[in-house]
Amino acid sequence: MASDLEVTTDRAQRLAGGGWQAVAVHWLRKYRRVWVSTLITSSLSPLLYLAGMGIGLGMLVDRGAGGVGGVPYVVFVAPGLLAASTLQVAAGETTFSVLGSIKWTPIYHGMLATPLRVRDVVLGQLVYVLLRVTSAAIVFFVIAAALGTVRSWWGLLAVPVSVLGGMAFASCCFAYSANLRNDQGIMLMFRFVVMPMSLFSGTFFPIEQLPGWLQPVAWVTPLWHAVEACRALVLGTATVGGVLVHCAYLAVWLVGGYLLSVRVLRGRMVV
Amino acid sequence: MPLSPSEPLIRARGLVKTFGDFTAVDGIDVDVHPGESFGFLGPNGAGKSSTMRMIGCVSPPTGGSLRILGMDPGTQGPAIRARLGVVPQRDSLDEELTVEENIWVYGRYFGLPRPVVRERAAELLEFAQLSERARSVVEPLSGGMKRRLTIARALVNTPQILLLDEPTTGLDPQARHVLWDRLFRLKREGVTLVLTTHYMDEAEQLCDRLVVMDHGRIVAEGSPRALIAEHSTREVLELRFDTHDHTAHLADVDGIADRVEVLPDRLLLYTPDGESAQSEIARRGIEPLSSLVRRSTLEDVFLHLTGRTLVD
Ligand SMILES: Nc1ncnc2c1ncn2[C@@H]1O[C@H](COP(=O)(O)OP(=O)(O)OP(=O)(O)O)[C@@H](O)[C@H]1O
Ligand SMILES: [Mg+2]
Repeated sequence: MASDLEVTTDRAQRLAGGGWQAVAVHWLRKYRRVWVSTLITSSLSPLLYLAGMGIGLGMLVDRGAGGVGGVPYVVFVAPGLLAASTLQVAAGETTFSVLGSIKWTPIYHGMLATPLRVRDVVLGQLVYVLLRVTSAAIVFFVIAAALGTVRSWWGLLAVPVSVLGGMAFASCCFAYSANLRNDQGIMLMFRFVVMPMSLFSGTFFPIEQLPGWLQPVAWVTPLWHAVEACRALVLGTATVGGVLVHCAYLAVWLVGGYLLSVRVLRGRMVV
Repeated sequence: MPLSPSEPLIRARGLVKTFGDFTAVDGIDVDVHPGESFGFLGPNGAGKSSTMRMIGCVSPPTGGSLRILGMDPGTQGPAIRARLGVVPQRDSLDEELTVEENIWVYGRYFGLPRPVVRERAAELLEFAQLSERARSVVEPLSGGMKRRLTIARALVNTPQILLLDEPTTGLDPQARHVLWDRLFRLKREGVTLVLTTHYMDEAEQLCDRLVVMDHGRIVAEGSPRALIAEHSTREVLELRFDTHDHTAHLADVDGIADRVEVLPDRLLLYTPDGESAQSEIARRGIEPLSSLVRRSTLEDVFLHLTGRTLVD
């Protein structure tokens, strides 16, 4: 047994450790303790949103204006909610957990005492967030589809697109949280970034309704791109080019956020 | 392996660490040899942790040279860390996970395959006397248990060097003795230990050789016995008087000891023979509140070298 261990230890040393996979495994193991409750939340919140916003508010909109862009309001709003709630889950997984792993339960310190490098720590956690966010998006999509809000088979692609939107934001959230001294900044970000972005990025109404100067602001946000692409896919009005442009924009955020996160976390941890 | 047999496991020359304008480690030279148990003894802020973090390849040195296991921390950090075990000053356990899960996930960081990690975890929990708590969540465990878990976890990769930053600070005496016992076993098994402490008894118990650090510098180096022989006398007579200022009693004891130190609450008389010093005090008709003869410790060495006590 001892010699076995030496051989495997030796191999591990050549590979310089378990890499980002080991970090993802760690986060998944943490998640195992809470998955039941998050599953309940991630199924209840789409139901509540779609029932309240889509059907309740939808009745008013549909009666008054005959829907939005020719479709009932619930059909219009469902893909927007998919993108927005996916982004919120992504933000939720890259704020307190990042700051907490630096300050309160310093697990990043534990990780970086091993062969793992800062980029493994960031990438591993983002891969975990990817899995977490994908499962939430699937649950949302299934519920939205069951309520009859998906008009096209292309709509299935709204799941990966909303996930890309969430990850684009999550990678930047990671960098932001890794730079914080206390959790005040997290509250501020949810209140002054996530909330307004959810409201004014075309989730609940077309951004053409916004004052002219606000529209370019919406164009910059990752959420608007995710919402636009998801909506076009779900309604069956998507063009390949249009979706690709939105996805490319989100990919830039994702990669930029990742690189920034590695930089910020290194500056924080390797001193 | 790049390490030649004669080269020490850890070799630092003129090692410096600054934070902004502040110099935490001010040009230290250290050699640690295989199988040795080496200590950094010093008060708060001496630069012990800063040094340990550089040796642990998580903090880049500002100046000087550092080689660990024959490698350069700047370029071969992951390869070095793969062969170190680290017990940081502040536990970095995942408190949401169970005791055994903490070792499992940590083993995976080193790229150890699952079955190996499981087997190793069971052995290590046995070693750390935590087998019964294997399935408990870490958060509510006592400080001593968390510390033992941190040590067990640090051994998952069968490290060549175990770095322990204040392994027993904050533990009650019983928990400290349990930990010391575990560390002795590791030492017997040939693991090289590098530890920091500001407890002189810990340093005396565990270290073959140590350096005394103060303000980022090394002020003395040697085995505990050699340091005491060199910088102190064999015995110390401690006298307490009923007074606010013990300096007033300096004249009373003049000529009795080789050297006298004045502390806020007592006088320390350094002498090879405490008993005769005690009789001389009695012969002069001096009546202290209490009078105690003890052997010299590293505390006395530190006091002599820096004029301050280690733990205040
Ligand atoms: N990241 C940092 N930024 C700024 N100053 C630091 C940093 N880390 C340590 N210091 C300073 O460097 C000095 C040495 O700190 P260090 O933690 O190495 O001391 P120590 O000997 O381990 O002390 P203690 O016994 O309290 O743990 C202290 O004055 C500390 O404030
Ligand atoms: Mg310290």
